[in-house]
Amino acid sequence: MSTMSDPTQPVFRLSMLVNDTRYRGITFQIIAFFAIVFLFGWMAWNATQNLAALGQNISYGFLGEGAGYDINQKLIPYASTDTHLRAAFVGILNTLLVAFLGCITATIIGVTVGVLRLSNNWLVAKLMSGYVEIFRNVPVLIWILIIFSVMSNALPAPSAFRGENATASMVMDAFAFTNRGVYIPRPVWEPGSWMVVTVFFLSIVGIFALRRYAVKLLFDTGREIPVLKLSLAIFFVPTLLVYFLTGMPISLAYPSLQGFNFQGGIQIFGSLIGLWFALALYTGAFIAENVRGGIMSVSKGQTEAAAALGMRPGRIMRLVILPQALRVIIPPLISQYLNLTKNSSLAAAVGYMDITGTLGGITLNQTGRSFEAILLLMLFYLIISLSIAGVMNIYNNAIKLKER
Amino acid sequence: MSGSAPKIQAFVRHDTLPSVAPPVSETGAVKWLRENLFSSVGNSIMTLLAAYCLYALISAIVPWVFNGVWRADSIRDCREVLDGAVGGCFAVIAERWPQLVFGNYPSEHYGRAVIAFLMLFVALAPILFIELPRKMLWFTGLFPFIAYWLIWGGTLWLPILALVGVVAGFAAFRALETKSFFGALIAGLVVTLAFWLFLAGPLSTGLSSVVPLTLERVESREIGGFMINFILGTSCIALSLPLGIALALGRQSNLPIIKMICVMFIEFIRGVPLITLLFVASVMLAYFLPPGTNFDLILRVIIMITLFASAYMAEAIRGGLAALPKGQYEAGDSLGLDYWQSMRLIILPQALKIAIPSIVNIAISLFKDTTLVSIISMFDMLGMIKGPILSSTDWFGVYWELYVFAALLFFVFTFGISKYSQYLERKLATDHR
Repeated sequence: MSTMSDPTQPVFRLSMLVNDTRYRGITFQIIAFFAIVFLFGWMAWNATQNLAALGQNISYGFLGEGAGYDINQKLIPYASTDTHLRAAFVGILNTLLVAFLGCITATIIGVTVGVLRLSNNWLVAKLMSGYVEIFRNVPVLIWILIIFSVMSNALPAPSAFRGENATASMVMDAFAFTNRGVYIPRPVWEPGSWMVVTVFFLSIVGIFALRRYAVKLLFDTGREIPVLKLSLAIFFVPTLLVYFLTGMPISLAYPSLQGFNFQGGIQIFGSLIGLWFALALYTGAFIAENVRGGIMSVSKGQTEAAAALGMRPGRIMRLVILPQALRVIIPPLISQYLNLTKNSSLAAAVGYMDITGTLGGITLNQTGRSFEAILLLMLFYLIISLSIAGVMNIYNNAIKLKER
Repeated sequence: MSGSAPKIQAFVRHDTLPSVAPPVSETGAVKWLRENLFSSVGNSIMTLLAAYCLYALISAIVPWVFNGVWRADSIRDCREVLDGAVGGCFAVIAERWPQLVFGNYPSEHYGRAVIAFLMLFVALAPILFIELPRKMLWFTGLFPFIAYWLIWGGTLWLPILALVGVVAGFAAFRALETKSFFGALIAGLVVTLAFWLFLAGPLSTGLSSVVPLTLERVESREIGGFMINFILGTSCIALSLPLGIALALGRQSNLPIIKMICVMFIEFIRGVPLITLLFVASVMLAYFLPPGTNFDLILRVIIMITLFASAYMAEAIRGGLAALPKGQYEAGDSLGLDYWQSMRLIILPQALKIAIPSIVNIAISLFKDTTLVSIISMFDMLGMIKGPILSSTDWFGVYWELYVFAALLFFVFTFGISKYSQYLERKLATDHR
C-alpha cells in the first residue's frame, strides 16, 4: 500500500528551450542553421538580382569558345585557336609541373639544411640558420620577383652566344643560360625506344626484389650478399645492353643558335625557373625547420642506447633516429607541399601561365565570366588540397603509435 | 751494522707542484676551433667550403653596399657616378622613399600617418608587455578609431559614433551577462551592428553639420606603399584572432550542426590559395551584396584576408585545445561551471598559451601575405615597385636595390615578431622549472 505516487512528469515549458541544458544545444543549432541558410539565400538572391541587372547568366559555355591567346610554357600541344578549356588544362598541367619540381627541390634543400643546422660544425650551422631566417622572414612574392629579375636581367641575351668573340658560351655544349630562358637537350624517341624504357623499369623492379631477397636471406641463413654492387649491375647492365642491341633508339637533340634564338632543345622560361626556385628556397627553409624539429624530438637516450648496442653512427641514424623522426616530420612536410602548391598561384606576378594565369587571368578578362572562372579555380585548388589532406590522414592513421 | 748502511732518503714531496698551463691545443681559441670547426677531416672540408661560400657572398655584397650611390636623379646618373665600378644605385630609395612608404598619400598629410604609426606602438605596448600599467589598455581600445580618423580623415563624429556603438553593445552585454554569457554576446553584437547600420550614419551627418571637427578626407586609392601592408597586417591579425577562437571552439564543440558549419568553413578556406580569395574581394564580392552597395576595396580586402587568416588561427587554437589534458575539461565541469565559464576561466587561457608559437607564425605569414594585394593591382609596397617606379624612365632597370630594400623592411618586422614570441614563450613557461 505504497502512498508514493509516480514521479510527476516534468511539464515542458517554452523557456526550457533556452534554459534547460538538454534542449539548449538543439535550439542554438537550429537557430545557427537557419541563420546560415538565410545568409546564403540572401547572397544568392543578391547575386541573381545583380546578374539580371547586368544581363548576365551563369553559363560555362565560354569554356568551349576559342581562347585566342598564346601560352609560352606548355606541356601539351596548344595553339591560340584552341578552346578556353584546353587553355585551362594547359594551366593545370603547368601548376602541377611547378608544384612537382618545387616539392622535390624543396625537400632536398630542406633535408640538407635541416641536418646541417644540427651539425657540430659551428660555421656551417650558423650559415644554415642564417639561410632559414632570411628566407622565412621575407614574403615569397619578393623572392619570386628577385629570382625572376635575375633570370631576365642578369643573364646574357642569345645574341651574346654568337660570333667569333662571343661573350657567353654554352655549358658543356648542351645547356644555354639566356635571358629568354634556359635551353636544355631534348630526348628524341625513335621506334624501339619503348623496349629500352621497359627494360629500365623492369630492372628497377628487379633491384627492389633483390633487396627483399637479401634481407630474407640474411634473416634465414645469416648470409650476406653484396647488395650495392648487384643493384648497380642490375641498374646499368640490362638497360645499356638493350640500348645498344636495338641500335641506340634514344638520342639527345642539343640546342643550337639559329637566327636570333636557340632551336632544338627544350626551352625552360625564366618565369618557370624564377617561380620554381623561389618556391623551393622559401619552402625549403620551412622544411628545414620541420626536419630539425623532428630529429631533435627523438630523445637523446635513443642514440645512446643504440650506441651502447654497438651500432655505427650511420646505422643509428638510419635504423633508430630517422624512423622515429619521420613520424614527426612527415605531417608538416605534407602541409608544406600543400602550401607550395597554393603559393604557385603567385605565378601571375611573373607571367607564368598556370591555372591562375590562364583560367583566372586571361580567360577571365577576355570573357568577363569572373563568377564561373573563380569558382572553377577554387574548385581545382580545393580538390588538390582535399586529396592531399586525405592521403595525409591515411598516412597518419598508419603510423600512429599503436599502444594499449 | 746499521751505521754502515747507506742512507736511503725517501722522496717525499712536501709542496704541490704549480699547475702547468694546459697545452695550447686544449685552450682558448685554438680549442674552440678544433672542436667546432676542424674536429675531423670531413668537418674541416665543410668548414672550408662554408668559409668560401661566406667569402663569395661578402665579397659580392660589401662593395655593392659601400660603393652605393645615394644621390642621383636617374639610373643613368648612377651609372655615370659609378663609372663601371660595382655598386648599388640606392638613390632610387632616397628619391622614391615617400612613394615606397606612403604610396600616393597626399604629402602634406604624412604627419597624420606617422602619428598613427607611432600611436600603434603605444597601443600595442600594454598587450605585448604585461608589466605596463593596465590603464593603458583604455588607449588600446580607443586606438582603432583614432587611427581610422587620422589616416582616412573626414569627420571625427563617425569614429566617435562607431565607438559609442561599441560602448552600447558592451553595455547590453554587461546587462545580460549574468543571465547567459552567449546570449549576452549575441545581444551585444546585435546592438552594436544595429547602431552602426541605422544610427551612426545620419547622426554623424547631423552632428558634423553642427560641429564640423573634420580632417581633410583621403581616399582609399591614395593609400599605398608599405603603409597599406601595415594597415592590412595589423587590422587582419587583430580581427582574425577572435574569429579564429570562435571557429576553433565551434569545431571542438559537441553540437553536430555547429561543428559541421565550422569544419566546412575552415577546410574550404584552407583549401584555396589567398590569391583566389583576393580575386573574390576585387571582382566577385560585389555580386553578393544588395544591388547598389559599393564599399571600399581596402575594406573588402580586409574582410577576405581576415576570413582567410581566421581559418588558420582556428586550426592553431584547436591544436592548443586538443593538447590540454582531458582532466582540465572535467575539472571545469565538476566545479559546476557552465560551458562559457569553463572555457573563459580554465580552458582558453591554457590553450592559447600552448598555441602562442603557431599563432605568431600565422601572424607573420599573414603580414608577409599582404604583399599579394599587388596582384589585384593595389599599390602596396611591391605594387609601387613593380608599377610606378620600375616603369618610370628614370629608374627603369633598378631591380636589386628596390627588392632588397623591400625584403629588408619586411625582415625587420617579421624577425622582430618572432623574437618577441620567443620572449613570450619563455615568460609564460610555467612548467619544467
